Amino acid sequence: MAQAHTAHDGSHGSYSAYLIGFVLAVILTVASFAAVMTHALSPGMALAALTVLAVVQIVVHLVFFLHMNTSSEQSWNLMCFIFAAASVIVIIGGTIFIMHDTAINMMSR
Amino acid sequence: MLGKLSLSAIPLDVPILVGTFIGVAVIGLAVLGAVTYYGKWGYLWREWLTTVDHKRLAVMYVILAIVMLFRGFADAIMMRTQLALAYKGNPGYLPPHHYDQIFSAHGTIMIFFMAMAFMTGLMNLVVPLQIGARDVAFPFLNSLSFYMTLVGALLINISLFIGEFAQCGWLVYPPLSEMQFSPGVGVDYYIWAVQISGVGTLLTGVNFFTTIVKMRAPGMGWMQMPVFTWTAFCTTVLIMVSFPVLTVTLALLSLDRYLGMHFFTNDAGGNVMLYLSMIWTWGHPEVYILVIPAFGVFSEVTATFSQKPLFGYKTMVYATCSIMVLSFVVWVHHFFTMGAGANVNTFFGIMTMIIAVPTGVKIYNWLFTMYKGRVEFTAPMYWTIGFMITFSIGGMTGVMMAMPAADWILHNSLFLIAHFHNVIIGGVYFGYIAGMGFWFPKAFGFKLNEAWGKRAFWCWFIGFYLAFVPLYILGLEGMTRRMNHYDNPDWYPWMLVAEAGAIVIACGIACQLTQLYVSIRDRNLPENLDLTGDPWNGRTLEWAISSPPPAYNFAVIPDIHGLDTFHTEKQLGLKAHGKPLAPIHMPKNTSAGVFIGLFAFLFGFASIWYIWWLAAISLIGIVATMILRSANRDVDYYVPVSEIEHNEEVYSRRIAAAQAAE
Repeated sequence: MAQAHTAHDGSHGSYSAYLIGFVLAVILTVASFAAVMTHALSPGMALAALTVLAVVQIVVHLVFFLHMNTSSEQSWNLMCFIFAAASVIVIIGGTIFIMHDTAINMMSR
Repeated sequence: MLGKLSLSAIPLDVPILVGTFIGVAVIGLAVLGAVTYYGKWGYLWREWLTTVDHKRLAVMYVILAIVMLFRGFADAIMMRTQLALAYKGNPGYLPPHHYDQIFSAHGTIMIFFMAMAFMTGLMNLVVPLQIGARDVAFPFLNSLSFYMTLVGALLINISLFIGEFAQCGWLVYPPLSEMQFSPGVGVDYYIWAVQISGVGTLLTGVNFFTTIVKMRAPGMGWMQMPVFTWTAFCTTVLIMVSFPVLTVTLALLSLDRYLGMHFFTNDAGGNVMLYLSMIWTWGHPEVYILVIPAFGVFSEVTATFSQKPLFGYKTMVYATCSIMVLSFVVWVHHFFTMGAGANVNTFFGIMTMIIAVPTGVKIYNWLFTMYKGRVEFTAPMYWTIGFMITFSIGGMTGVMMAMPAADWILHNSLFLIAHFHNVIIGGVYFGYIAGMGFWFPKAFGFKLNEAWGKRAFWCWFIGFYLAFVPLYILGLEGMTRRMNHYDNPDWYPWMLVAEAGAIVIACGIACQLTQLYVSIRDRNLPENLDLTGDPWNGRTLEWAISSPPPAYNFAVIPDIHGLDTFHTEKQLGLKAHGKPLAPIHMPKNTSAGVFIGLFAFLFGFASIWYIWWLAAISLIGIVATMILRSANRDVDYYVPVSEIEHNEEVYSRRIAAAQAAE
């Protein structure tokens, strides 16, 4: 059991980092809502903008709230993150590949 | 007040269920009565129900798995009997409504509550011992995982007596599982049983991943890890990646059912096919979650009983990891017929065939381990050799169906049923039973009876072929799965053979029960007792300590210098322990898991029956218990040196007694 309690290294972030993260997250959220609610963009463009904003939002959360960086004590976190990202790409990419092909083949769209 | 629940939900009109209920009630009351009569409630509560000890949780998992095996097998033999009768004019004894629930429950129970529970049990017992750890990384989460699994199992079994179970197969495909076609509570029972037990599985995955990454004994690098630990590691990775997909898929289905959304409905823009793709994104890794630890068991068993190091340790590790990765890019082979084009089907077909390569590597590794070894034909070794034959056949029929063109003919036929039972019984079940026989002495301090173990093996082995080879033939003759009645005279004789096979398998289960009874009865005979903690001349760390091990497992954490350090030191006559004893930091037992489990049960039951006030209260109960547990600072203690010394002394006296007896 003793081993389990020695893993408390790595920073928990500073006050200002949390504040910057919070402000960025708010800006990104407001921008997402604005992209849809102002109707300034065409639906296709709005979808693309939402996707980009969502990905940036994920990165902001990871860096400012979950303290992910490339330092050595974070290497396991980073590795897990890359693995998770790869799995998500396989799952989402694979699903899009399959469903798109099915839709074309079955003329259901 | 009680939602959809009323007295009419109790199926008093089905005599089979009434009989079953009386049986379950009698056995249940007898167990409760026995515990009360012998005054064991306090013991049970303090030592077992509230335990966070991975070895005791392991025992409870395996008991749950065995009970669920009975339930699942009862379903199986009922289906076989129905099909042996329901030919031409005879409708059989199971009406479609009941029969459909049975095949759905059989699959769900066998996969989620038999196989998953058994696998988690074996991992719980063995992984911390093999890596030289004193417990898992998060002992309380481990207890919580068990109760989540237990609650799932309870919910699915309660559906027998209150309401009904799903009638749309073990993966509840929409649109049949949508409100429009399944308005009853059956699918809701499925959803909540699987969702709640899924929480437990996911936590187990995280827990064991962390344990293996963080808590290996000093000196144990990745390539010094025993193969079973490697397979457990790969399984936890698969669990962590795939179970969230299952959770999301079933959550979307429940949104359809509970809130009238249209993710998978026929109308309003729903896409039924997306469900198939999503459920198999989880479902295919799931079968590898089950079988990879079984590969680990076979590796340990073969090496130990051939009295040789495992042939090709590194290729075994690489093969396991390749299977882990490849298992994520094959899921379309479950629905080649869905209508995707040649691009998609070809890609996934080829990927599926490629998986056979690392699996083949493993088979050769085991064969070469046995080659020129001094093979001891113990019961676990019987299961292992039976596995190699059976699994090879199952693997080959799998590669046949990996060809999309062949799959178009064989899809949803009994050929498929025969194939996956071939790999799941021949791979997963044989593996877990081999593992149970192999590690039983470690958990309890005495061996399982060999003669009854071998009888059980022969019954299972022969019964398996009798029951499933006819299904291959029937599949080629065009019989589809989930049929309730048929009138093709060519099929009838094969159905009778399959029924005979199921009866032989029933004898195998009876032999296993007898084996347990005989072993417990004769546990104190000198040839059955495991005094040394190393009954098989084992290779890995779990055999370096007494059987059963003390709560803290290792008095001193061993130093590792390479693969099979324990075996090398034993050969050289080195004494492993030289370090001074120190007080050991251990987690305290906790009842939080029990209470969260209780509330989760109420929550699941209330959600199934739309009893929303109860669902709200139990949800609050879960959160409150969690907060109370988090606020509790009194969660650990130190085992004093005097107690460790005492245990070590008892252990050395037992070793001395064993040596004197030789």
